[in-house]
Amino acid sequence: MEMSGASALVEALRREKTETVFGLPGGAIMPVYDVFYKMRDLPSELRIRHVLVRHEQTAAHMADGYARASGRVGVCMSTSGPGATNLVTGIATAFMDSSPMIAITGQVARPFIGKDAFQEIDIIGVVTSVTKYAFQARKAAEIPQIVNAAFRIASTRRPGPVLIDIPRDVQQEMDILEFTGRPIPRRHGPLPDPDPGTVARMADALAKAETPLIIAGGGVKIAEASRELVALAELLTCPVATSLMGKGCIPEDHPLSIGVMGMHGSSETNQVVSSADVLLIVGSRLSDRTTGNIDKFCPNSQVLHVDTDKAEIEKNATPTISLVSDAKKALKAIHADLVRLHARRPELNWFHRTKNEADLDDLKKDGPYLSAVQTIRLLRKLLPRETIVTTEVGQNQMWSLIHFQAYGPRQFITSGGLGTMGFGFPAALGAKVACPNVPVLDIAGDGSFAMTENAMATSIQEQIPVTVVILNNRMLGMVAQWHRMFYGRRYSSVSLGRSPCFPKLADAYGAEGVAVRDYKELSEAVKSALKSEIMTVIDVPVSPEEDAAPMLAPGAGLQEVVAA
Amino acid sequence: MISPQEELIIDVLVDHKPGVLYTVSNLFRRRAFNISSVAIGTSEKDRVARMTLTMRGGEKEAVQLVRHLENLVDVIKAEIVDADKAVVRELALVKIAPKPEDRLQILSFVDVYRAKIVHLSDDSIIVEASGDSDKIDAFIELSRNFGLKEVARTGLTALSRQQKQTESEENDVGW
Repeated sequence: MEMSGASALVEALRREKTETVFGLPGGAIMPVYDVFYKMRDLPSELRIRHVLVRHEQTAAHMADGYARASGRVGVCMSTSGPGATNLVTGIATAFMDSSPMIAITGQVARPFIGKDAFQEIDIIGVVTSVTKYAFQARKAAEIPQIVNAAFRIASTRRPGPVLIDIPRDVQQEMDILEFTGRPIPRRHGPLPDPDPGTVARMADALAKAETPLIIAGGGVKIAEASRELVALAELLTCPVATSLMGKGCIPEDHPLSIGVMGMHGSSETNQVVSSADVLLIVGSRLSDRTTGNIDKFCPNSQVLHVDTDKAEIEKNATPTISLVSDAKKALKAIHADLVRLHARRPELNWFHRTKNEADLDDLKKDGPYLSAVQTIRLLRKLLPRETIVTTEVGQNQMWSLIHFQAYGPRQFITSGGLGTMGFGFPAALGAKVACPNVPVLDIAGDGSFAMTENAMATSIQEQIPVTVVILNNRMLGMVAQWHRMFYGRRYSSVSLGRSPCFPKLADAYGAEGVAVRDYKELSEAVKSALKSEIMTVIDVPVSPEEDAAPMLAPGAGLQEVVAA
Repeated sequence: MISPQEELIIDVLVDHKPGVLYTVSNLFRRRAFNISSVAIGTSEKDRVARMTLTMRGGEKEAVQLVRHLENLVDVIKAEIVDADKAVVRELALVKIAPKPEDRLQILSFVDVYRAKIVHLSDDSIIVEASGDSDKIDAFIELSRNFGLKEVARTGLTALSRQQKQTESEENDVGW
């Protein structure tokens, strides 16, 4: 079939079942946008929806939010130079949290490459450290193959972002193109089944354990292994703690869920984890935020580590037994072995589950402020069970981690690895595009929301209604908290002064904006936001002195939680 | 000077295409592996290049490096080379500007080291020496006494003496 490189790109995306591209056009990507324009005449099932952003960073976060909510590959697009570099924060965010994403960038025409032409940037060089792979198409004929490979790389084994850079003249080049994908090389294809011998040793260790415990990470969500996780925990009657990325992979109201462990986990959760004799860690890379000081991490426990990425084994902790496997297959196999061993443990007698039930009937204000903690607990009560919640980064995120119970694996979306402020709102928009029939709400701070608030324009124009609840303390709150705890209250550049009036700002964009003064107004605002056809910003005044508690001091072990 | 016992050798087969050296070297930099030499060239297959890396550090770090390398899309295979079961060589070109009275002595130690004189002019000599890194180090040290001017070393390259067992895997190249 004779077609241009740009048409080949769009056709290849369609063959990968891409429904939506988040992006913003510019000089070096115009041939592709011209193909998008011409799609208007096609029947809707052949069209790809383009969601226009106001800043490319938000396009990347939207694609990421779309991927995390749906498990499908998210696609974002920009022009060369500054368009491409604006994507980088979003690409890095997806990389750190293993989210499948394709970023497509325009590039200056081939004769200009290396000449420092207008809006030329070596984006391959820039993103090599934060992508699974980066392609540059050197001729139109390569595009079908590259797109096919990019989707396989992005979504196989440990997922992650892949960038495709296409010079403008390659987009315009006409050629006879074929759309036959090459098979994925075995070394990057799906992992083989878990080794039965290793599985048996793990099952044996768990069967002999007196106080076994499972730590579940984001890998359990990626492998869609929640059901297998819960089944194994129930067979062993053993508690399940999660990392921040794993939050929700066991419903947090399940009797065996003990919540999120780590720097901002509750002291009860961290104590229970520390007193386990056998730890089964599944799909977690054991980051410093999850383990606390690694040298003090569960020194008396036998560690069994399952991960799909062999480079994670022994990177941080040193396991007794390790297994490189897909989480779902591993959990299934261990379960089957334990059944064979008749290793059922009916007793649940060595740990207490943290009570996390708020008394919400009698909420009273403390001076001019609502409590952030009570606000989040109230949100949980008000929101339907299937709601997808995203967070920003900082105190809002840590309060949500403890006080917002997640009931499903793709219902709590947060920038865990990179900690990207401004992620939550565009990610919420991406999640809403993926799941239009589910309510989506971003729990935000005023500092984070200000970073990507221009995505309100996208929400209104593209009719993607989400709710943003701003816990507004007029501070860069987490940094202020560290100043309070570790820097003798020397508040250095953390006050956001008067901040803009967020409801007015929402109004300026054509969104709903509500400033609430008490819990009753908050309830009403949330209920009406859930019914609204347009997005709503709810501004909640919280105290600049309220801490995200408890927390581990830097360098402390899990057992050493300090109450702030 | 680091002796070869403290250096680990890693043999890496990569897809022979533009940018692969950047991707691999970027990994060392980013994850702070202490790489002391990189030698790269073609292999027995058209589309496959062989890189030989030497790194300082322990076995555990080397295992991590191999795992990270194998995660790279362009890397076909990476493994730690057992130096006792491999042929390990490095090549050096050494330029010396000797005093006239030393010329004869140089010829004799070139012979002892089984090196070769590849260039000879009125004022300088270029010697080609190959062998393990220890031998090259020693040769260079000795040359310092005779007006050593410049040295170019290729970095270590190695080939296991054992028969390959993973032929099929290595044929699985490209994308």
